[in-house]
Amino acid sequence: MSAALDPIRLRARLAPRTLARGVIAFAAFVALNVAIAALVVSGALDGEWYDFRDLGLGVQQLREWLDEQTADQPGWLTDILRSTTWLSYLVTALLGATGILSFVGGVLLVLIWVERRLIGRIQVRRGPNRVGPFGLLQPVADAIKLIQKETLIPVGADRVMFFLPPVLVFIPGLLVWAPVPWAPHMTYVDTNVGVLYLVAIGSLATLAIFMAGWSSNNHYALLGAMRTVAMMISYEIPLALSLLTVVVLTGSAQLSAIVEWQSVHNVWIVVLLPLTLFTFFFASTAELNRTPNDIAEAESEIVAGFHTEYSGMKFGLFYAVELGNAVAVSALTAALFLGGWSMFGLQEWVPAYLLFATKVAAVYFVLVWLRGTLPRFRLDQLMAFAWKYLIPLALLNLGVVAIEAALFRRWEGEGVVVLGGFALANGLLTVVAVRGWARFLGYAPEREPLLRPTLTTGVGGLRAVDRMRTTR
Amino acid sequence: MTTASDPYVLNIGPQHPSTHGVFRLRVVMDGEHLQDVDMVVGYLHRSMEKLAEERTYAQNIPFTDRTDYLAAMSNNLGYCLAAELLAGVEVPERASYLRVIFAELQRIASHSMANGTFINDAGAWQTPLMYMFREREKILDLFEMTCGARLTTNYMRIGGVAFEPPPEFYPAVDALVAELPDRIGEYTELLVDNEILLARARDVGVLSPADAINASITGPVLRASGVPWDLRKAEPYCAYDRFDFGIPVGHHGDCYDRFLVRLEEMRQSVRIIRQALDGLPSGAHKTEIPLALRPEPGEAYARVEGPRGELGFYVVSDGGPAPFRFHIRAPSLINLSLLREMAVGSSLPDAIVTLGSLDIVVGEIDR
Repeated sequence: MSAALDPIRLRARLAPRTLARGVIAFAAFVALNVAIAALVVSGALDGEWYDFRDLGLGVQQLREWLDEQTADQPGWLTDILRSTTWLSYLVTALLGATGILSFVGGVLLVLIWVERRLIGRIQVRRGPNRVGPFGLLQPVADAIKLIQKETLIPVGADRVMFFLPPVLVFIPGLLVWAPVPWAPHMTYVDTNVGVLYLVAIGSLATLAIFMAGWSSNNHYALLGAMRTVAMMISYEIPLALSLLTVVVLTGSAQLSAIVEWQSVHNVWIVVLLPLTLFTFFFASTAELNRTPNDIAEAESEIVAGFHTEYSGMKFGLFYAVELGNAVAVSALTAALFLGGWSMFGLQEWVPAYLLFATKVAAVYFVLVWLRGTLPRFRLDQLMAFAWKYLIPLALLNLGVVAIEAALFRRWEGEGVVVLGGFALANGLLTVVAVRGWARFLGYAPEREPLLRPTLTTGVGGLRAVDRMRTTR
Repeated sequence: MTTASDPYVLNIGPQHPSTHGVFRLRVVMDGEHLQDVDMVVGYLHRSMEKLAEERTYAQNIPFTDRTDYLAAMSNNLGYCLAAELLAGVEVPERASYLRVIFAELQRIASHSMANGTFINDAGAWQTPLMYMFREREKILDLFEMTCGARLTTNYMRIGGVAFEPPPEFYPAVDALVAELPDRIGEYTELLVDNEILLARARDVGVLSPADAINASITGPVLRASGVPWDLRKAEPYCAYDRFDFGIPVGHHGDCYDRFLVRLEEMRQSVRIIRQALDGLPSGAHKTEIPLALRPEPGEAYARVEGPRGELGFYVVSDGGPAPFRFHIRAPSLINLSLLREMAVGSSLPDAIVTLGSLDIVVGEIDR
């Protein structure tokens, strides 16, 4: 009876055979780890191309080898390009690009499943579990379906502008991965303006989204596009200010240098700058169009926002980019605030990119959790939140951190003491600023008690209402 | 250079995620600011009232299932009360109790749906809806156990109820009644005093008590506006005068109060069901009536407190086997009538939340 009443049984029974298999798998895992540990301790890996802890080393050595090969054999291409190292440059560029593309593509396929499963569990249901083992092939099936579908073009749509946005939106979605530091030597473009580059790339998609909304010749799409532009422009500012705060503290706009700084000082920036993480993360959810800030494609209001009229794989591209951007933001949060690939010395043992990926997954989980839990803000509330709340807080934070950074440069020697002091001061600042500024803006829940409905047993009309009002 | 802007006319619906059926909202907007709201109904008109004039009194019961398809039991009950009033049929005590039990189960199921979709309209990504579906599912299982159908139950009969619940019904309903307060507590934890929900629903779509009474609005919407009015207390039918329960009355008349009132009504319904189960008398579940009932010429109006408000059935007999006139007072339609007053001047998201808080069922509006 209870089984019939309980269609979703979340607890699976653990059979002895499953248990035995689990034990064996765990033992094999431990044995493998012991073997790897022995290998690491023996020092056989250090600096070799097969050092799996940092794939960048292998690429580096490949590049040096190629340079050696081509140095004394100039050909006609060398003459044209006036460089003897073009081959190594080309090969490593292709390798890195392939790595990033395959990672992003794979992650998109897997994370659709992960997100749907997680949200399914949050919503007391199972999530996709029919296609392939555990439903893992569901995203593939979805993609095949989307590719097969006809792309409809609405009457009155501007055809060129309608075709461009899915592509235009996809390009920044990939470019954003270029400066992400995976491991000490694993950064595709280790530019010293990495943070600036991110801000620039991050705002590129806005134009494409507005094009999509405008060219669709659809009221919902236009509304969604207007909302997106308004929101993205507002939230660029706190986002940039939070990134700037990190740059001011660490003294570098190079992402790998920021991670290096956290590794050297043995501290995660989230401990030092909690307020910055708050402003950054909230602004990111707005940029990502995820709940509680998904007003640009608020389903219950404007159907699907700017991509209402897109069907087939064009819609699929928008969907994929949205997910990819969520992963990219998780990666940035992990790199800038959670120590990136560094883990207090653990990166000597475990491949650094795995540590990094774990942190990315953790941040992504928080994003999914938010999506599965919270209702949505209204457009004006979001705007007010950005301009009245996040921007002043980010500015205040930037000022305080600038002073701290100057002090830190002076007292570099006593790193632990100074940084500990900063952590305490900034933690206090976060609590005071977040609460105090809300008070200043007039948020006072205790001043206006939340009246619950009253239970009565008598009935009546307007007179009864007045009686209830006077006696409440 | 001068710029001029025309009002932006947006047709929300008939196919739209938050119109809860085929219902059209024609809004005139300046940016996101609403200047006018027009409600266009009729897309789901099935001419039930006319069809009912061709069928016998018993044959009309399945029609009532299909008006408000989220509260079939309450509709059955209202119609059967009207037909009994017209024909002067006595209902056994046990049938009255069973009717109360099923009507209250239906109220919980319907309010779950209403609150779930309301939060969905406020932007939560289906999660509260799924939580509330879980409980609704169990209630529908109980319905299926008893009468074989989940939505269109067709369970009440003129003179009682169609079937005695099967023996396995009682432990199941006991378990459900024991479990429900915890589940409602779960929703309370997740949703009540949620800052975002407060920001979205508090002081949105405010309806003053005087306006609500003037527009003859009923049900949770009226009670959220602060008017203590509930037919189960004001004009007790079935066995409601024997149960101890309260009616929640809001203080603000906004969307948030409507949500809270529905949540509290679910709790009170659980109380009623528990009392009704404890005091369930033995005896017949039905009075035998002739298959082709021919009431004396006359008219009858019976009303019940449905999940959406006062659900009235007006039946006129000319002495024949079919009603001469059959009319349904549909609370959804009347509750919807003040949407323009509530929404104009606010913004599009507010209008959507307000519409969600009114808990309309288009099958009942259009009939």
